[in-house]
Amino acid sequence: MKGVVKPILAGFGITARRLKHKKVTIMYPEHIREQYPRTRWRHFLTRYESGLERCIGCSLCAGACPARCIYVEAAENTDSERYSPGERYATRYEINMIRCIFCGYCQEACPTGAIVLRKNFELADYKREDFVYTKEMLLEKYSGEADEPFTGHYALGPAPVFEG
Amino acid sequence: MPKRVETVVLHDSSTPVIGDVQKGGSVVVTSLDTLLNQARANALWPLTFGLACCAIEMMATVASRFDLARFGSEAFRATPRQADVMIIAGRLSKKMAPVLRQIYDQMPEPKWVISMGACASSGGVYNNYAIVQGSDQVVPVDVYVPGCPPSPDALIYAVLKLQEKIKRGNKPKNLIDLRLVEGLTGARTLEEVKS
Repeated sequence: MKGVVKPILAGFGITARRLKHKKVTIMYPEHIREQYPRTRWRHFLTRYESGLERCIGCSLCAGACPARCIYVEAAENTDSERYSPGERYATRYEINMIRCIFCGYCQEACPTGAIVLRKNFELADYKREDFVYTKEMLLEKYSGEADEPFTGHYALGPAPVFEG
Repeated sequence: MPKRVETVVLHDSSTPVIGDVQKGGSVVVTSLDTLLNQARANALWPLTFGLACCAIEMMATVASRFDLARFGSEAFRATPRQADVMIIAGRLSKKMAPVLRQIYDQMPEPKWVISMGACASSGGVYNNYAIVQGSDQVVPVDVYVPGCPPSPDALIYAVLKLQEKIKRGNKPKNLIDLRLVEGLTGARTLEEVKS
């Protein structure tokens, strides 16, 4: 009897002590955890405050990409049709998100700081055709959109911070 | 008139799936089907199929901080006979491909596949002779997860996407899936396959 009851009580003792510990689970779809400052996820093509695109279509990002997942096609700006301040701009800018490894080399290589990697990690999808992100998808709608904090598709608010 | 069981779709995706029909009837069988899909979606037992570093993140997803058990997917099975969803976590080498296919065939219907990470989905940086350039060349993939490796949150998001897909309805999903399932070769239209 003693050999049966004592270990059971000891076991429940551990359970009871554990109940007092703080919870560690992040309720992800409702609460989104704060990403680390240098987290690299979804790409953005940024704009200047004037609304002009930063990208000059130099293809340095494509050259730096170890997965060869960036495709850039450039064209000349004209005075009547101006996209970026310099001579050239990107007519096509495509990233194959499924091949990208989010290393951030494109961000490092970019001379104008056009391509940046931000914290939107909710990129999973059903069809692989949908993973080729075009320039329209990557380009900010307005200047500063990329720097806005990421809130998830389902999220109600930030995750509570756990201590200990 | 029996009351229709409402499908709980958390997030209405903008990417419709081929063969995806909107359920609008109040027939008993339709409701039963919806109920079955609910049950399937909320108890997805994954198959332990860690191939590389993505498997570490997959393990972290099941651990207490992210806790995949909240979505009914905590029971990782080491046998394909008891699994519903196969998470291909890591690069799939050409030598491993027949094994993956065999294990997929051994899983009972209905079954789903999550391709986790850049390498499993497309080959990633490993564009060489040894790695299959996308595991959808071997098995029909339902959800692709980008990332190298995807963080546990990203994998949970993929599981939610898969649940959403299951709740909306079932196979056939698209032509490529049909070709793989039926063992057909060559390009055919969906009508030809159906007839």
